[in-house]
This record gives sequence, C-alpha cells and structure tokens, in this order.
Amino acid sequence: MMLQPSPSEPLLKVENLVVEYVVGAKTVHAVSDVNLEVARGETLGLVGESGCGKSTLGRAVLQLRRPQSGKVLFDGNDLTAMRGDALRKMRQRVQLIFQDPIASLNPRRRIGDIVAEPLIIAGVKDPQKRHQMVSDVLAAVGLDPGLVMGRLPHEFSGGQCQRISIARALVLNPEFIICDEPVSALDVSIRAQILNLLEEMKARYGLTLLFIAHDLAVVKAVSDRVAVMYLGRLCEVGPSEQLFAKPAHPYTALLIEAIPVPDPDMRPAEAVAVGEPPSPIAPPSGCRFRTRCPRADARCAAEVPELRKVAAGQYAACHYPLI
Amino acid sequence: MTGTTLLSVENVVVDLPTPRGNLRAVDRVNLTVGAGQTLGVVGESGCGKTMLSRAILQLLPKKAKLGGRVMFDGQDLVSLDREALRKLRGRSLAVVFQDPMTSLNPVLTIGTQLIETLQAHLELDIAAARKRSVELLTAVGIPAPEQRLTQYPHQLSGGMRQRVAIAIALSCEPKLLIADEPTTALDVTIQAQILDLLAREQRRRHMAMILITHDLGVVAGRTDEVAVMYAGRVVERAPTLALFKKMRMPYTEALLAAIPKLDAAPHTVLPAISGRPPDPTRPIKGCSFSPRCRYAVARCHQEKPGLTEAETPAHQFACFHPIEMPATVPA
Repeated sequence: MMLQPSPSEPLLKVENLVVEYVVGAKTVHAVSDVNLEVARGETLGLVGESGCGKSTLGRAVLQLRRPQSGKVLFDGNDLTAMRGDALRKMRQRVQLIFQDPIASLNPRRRIGDIVAEPLIIAGVKDPQKRHQMVSDVLAAVGLDPGLVMGRLPHEFSGGQCQRISIARALVLNPEFIICDEPVSALDVSIRAQILNLLEEMKARYGLTLLFIAHDLAVVKAVSDRVAVMYLGRLCEVGPSEQLFAKPAHPYTALLIEAIPVPDPDMRPAEAVAVGEPPSPIAPPSGCRFRTRCPRADARCAAEVPELRKVAAGQYAACHYPLI
Repeated sequence: MTGTTLLSVENVVVDLPTPRGNLRAVDRVNLTVGAGQTLGVVGESGCGKTMLSRAILQLLPKKAKLGGRVMFDGQDLVSLDREALRKLRGRSLAVVFQDPMTSLNPVLTIGTQLIETLQAHLELDIAAARKRSVELLTAVGIPAPEQRLTQYPHQLSGGMRQRVAIAIALSCEPKLLIADEPTTALDVTIQAQILDLLAREQRRRHMAMILITHDLGVVAGRTDEVAVMYAGRVVERAPTLALFKKMRMPYTEALLAAIPKLDAAPHTVLPAISGRPPDPTRPIKGCSFSPRCRYAVARCHQEKPGLTEAETPAHQFACFHPIEMPATVPA
C-alpha cells in the first residue's frame, strides 16, 4: 500500500505545462505555460472556444500527448517523467470520456467486451470476476447488463453509448476522470440525463473530475471551480458561482454574455462579441485576448499578464480586470 | 400574425421508406409565416424539423413521399416543375444549412460561388456581380472582402464560412430564408454574432425567416412565433412571448427545464426527461410523448391529441392535460 497523502494536497497539479504541435514549418501553440490544481473530490470545469487548447490540455495530463515542458503531478507523481509500465499503472487511476460517444466505441465489439477491456489490460484474469465487475458497472450507469452486454454499439442511441463510455471509464474504479465535452453531441433532454449520471457516479465512486466543455451553463451546472482558457493560456480561475456573478477577465464576461438565454424578455445585447479568435500559430503578443478586447491598450500588447488574485480564490490574467 | 401570409404549410406529410418499414418523418404539419416574420422551429434530433424544411424547399430525398400543400407567395410548390423550382430557390426562397463546409463547394472560390448565384438569378454582368459580391461580404461582416473573393472555403474559419453562406443566401434578396441550425457547429461567441447578423439582415430586408434549432435559448429573443416539434408533429405553437410566459405542452416545459440555468447553484440536479424519443418506424397509438410524460394518464396512451386552442387562436397545443400554471413556477 502507498502512503496516504495528505488530503489538502491537490490530486492533480499541472505546472508550467507547454504543448506545441509542429505543422510543417509552423508551430501551433496549443497550451502555453498553464498552471492548474484539482483538489480531491472536486470538479474543475475547463471552458473555452474550439481551438483554445482545452482538449490538448486534457490529453497532455494523461500523457496521450507528451508536453514540451512542464510537469503533471498526479497524487505527487510526475507523469511526464513516467514511461511504459509505470505510466500504464498510473493511467488505471485516471480515465477519459470523449465527446463522440458512438465514435469512441469499437463498432465491431460487443458492449460486454468493450467495458471489460480495461480490466484485461489491468490484468484481471478471472473471467467470472470480470463479468461481475462489468455487470455491476453497467447497472450503475442505468443499463440492464443482461440486455446490453451481448449487443453492438450501433444498436444504441447517442445517450446510451455515452452511458457505456462512462461505464468503461468507471470499471477500473479510477480516482480521476477527464470528461472531454461529454455532452456536446447529445440532445438537450439526453444531456440532462448524462450530466445527472456523472454527478451521481462522482458521489458513488468518490471521483475527482476535470470537466472540459465549451458551454458555460453546462460547466457551471457540474463544477465547483471553473478555469477559462483562451488561445492556449488560462484567463481566469475561480469558484464557479463567484466567477459567473463577477467575472474579472473581459473574456469570461464575453463568454457569459454570449450564452443564449431562454427568456424572451432578455433581448440579447447586440454585438457582444467582437471578431474571431486569432490563429494559435501566430498568437498575439502580450495578452492573447487583446485583439478582441474592448479594454486593451499598449500595455496589453507589450506585457503578458500573469494570473493574479482578484478575489478570494479567484485569479485573472488581465492588466485591467473588471473587478 | 400581422401582414400577409407568405408561406403556408398545409397538412404536410413526409414518408420515408426504410428497411425497417415506413418512417413518417413529418406528420400532418400546418404552419404559416407572414411576410417579414420570423418563425422558430424547435425540436431535438429526429423530430422532423429538417425534413419539414426540406419539404418546404422541395429538396426531399428521391424516395420520400410528400403529402399536403406548400403554398409560397401564391404558388403551390408541390406542383411546380423542376425548372420553376430552380428559379425560385436561391431567388426568393433561400436556405442556410448547419455545416457551411458541406454547403459551400470546396473546389470553387468564394467569389465564383457568389458571382455565379448573382449571374444565374439576377442576370448581372460580371463586373456588376463582382461589385455586388463585395457589398454582400461587407454586409455580413467579412473583413477584406476583395481578398476573400479569391479564397477557397477551407481557407476560412467556420464562422467566416457561415457568413459567406449567409451572403450567398441573401444575394438575391429572398422573401423567405430558411436557416437550419445555422449556429450549431459554431462557438458560442460566434453563434451570438451570426444570430445578430441574421436578425439585422432580416429586419433590414423585411425578409421572412424560419429559424430551425434544438435550443429554446436561440429562439427566445429572436423570433415572433415558435413551433415545437416532437416525433414529426407540431405539439405546441404560439407567439414567442406567449409561449415563454405560459407553456401548455408538458414536452415544451420539460425541454426548457432540462437546460442548465446560469443562475442555478452548481451541482443542482437537472430535471431530465426520462427515456428517449419513440422509434419513428414504430408509431405510438396515443400521444407520442406519453411514455416520457409525467402527467400522462390512460387516455394519453390510447388517443392522439389534436392541436387545440389555448387562450388565443394563435396559441395551440396537442395535449389532453395541458399545464395550467405559468412556466416559471416550478411544478
């Protein structure tokens, strides 16, 4: 048995993480110098628009994409320094759920085999025991094991496939789950079912979650704290209610304003958002958001803003924060 | 509804033959859109909203069977021949699809695609068409329009591509624009910009619009009337303000409740709709929402409710046990 780490120590700690992709002669700055902590039992939401590097960050935590520099400390162990067996062992404690539930299941394999696969990799040799574990976890995610184990993915709807993906992620009893846009491909009515299921599983299995999504309302519904990412950098981190009530970074404010509210009395403000994100191949100097920011001036072009404390637990990387 | 009726969809039925049997994608739908008005059509995937828009455009798959009438600007589109339809589509009846990458031709420049449309429908010469193309791209908020004319779709971002698709749709000053999930593939900040753009151009051109979406939040501030679809049928239809003030159909209420609210505390359990939509090849005898409805009684499983009027003839719903309380009060 390992030593019991102190509960105050974060389960995941990302330090100065840099991930870059080389495309021909160009470099995509996907994640630039990101620092994050996720406490035990916490759900950290990670939001940002497509191309902001949030999925890359999630994959780099699992070392599915090796970072250029920086550290990923999981329960005190630096995953970036691990290779082979040691890494495989650690990965049993960290699982991933993807956006497209149908594409993430092998269409030619039966559900029972798909969910049992992690157990085989982890070395659970007894088929009887595997069968029991698979049925237990399928029942936990709200599927009837007897009915689904022998069937193929195409026989299921998107929402059911996402339940199967969640079962596969849970079967090894992990501590940490990275959910990468787990509900974006689902309809509104099914989305609520899956969000509720994730919350239920979190309580039942004592999980810690990194919840990646582009929809702020969805992220807020499940997260204790929220981190906002823009073009590879973190803009703001804070407790979710506080962040939504009083955003400090102009980009967070813009994201909140852009959410369509289902209330006809709240006529949407015209042109809240200006322009489009620039390319991560040539990100703007200084603050990367400055090209779309109403508050930007010469200082924003010259100096990269550091994450600074703006309120209790809330940090923003802005020279001219809103609070 | 004010103004003259531009489009009236009368008893439209779309049947699609499938290996599993007949699939009724659209089931006796009646809708009208007045000149200059915006109708929102809301529903989840598979509810028939896209098939309905294709039935209006007469762009159904070859094997599909269409019943009913689609009256547009005094003509029955169902009875028009291909040539007449070609003239109409793109000219007075335009469409913007969800995925701008698949609706734009990847091997032609933006300029060619715009100029082609203008020349085909408005008989402009090339110089005039080019000038008008630049004006259109400027109107939809594309920077450096002259330069964009020489670019291919893959050189533009998703938001820019959707702006180009809108420019092409607007190019001939259509009377009706059908926007089928125009922002679903886009990021939230870009979505807000595109919806603003559509609303602005619609007002400016006094154009009618059908905005198809799965998101009640999108239709709330931007439409005059809303039709909610479920399993191929319109289950509630009302002026937008009236609908959000007092929803009558349990499905509409459930759909709204399932959206995470920004003002709710984190970890609030969402009122999810249990189960999933019925298999469209296996029609249900009673109300198609009854297996998932928390108000359903024996009658709902036996009989299909027709559309009935609420307080005003403009507000209709298909339910035996409509909700009596305002939608804002939690049940």
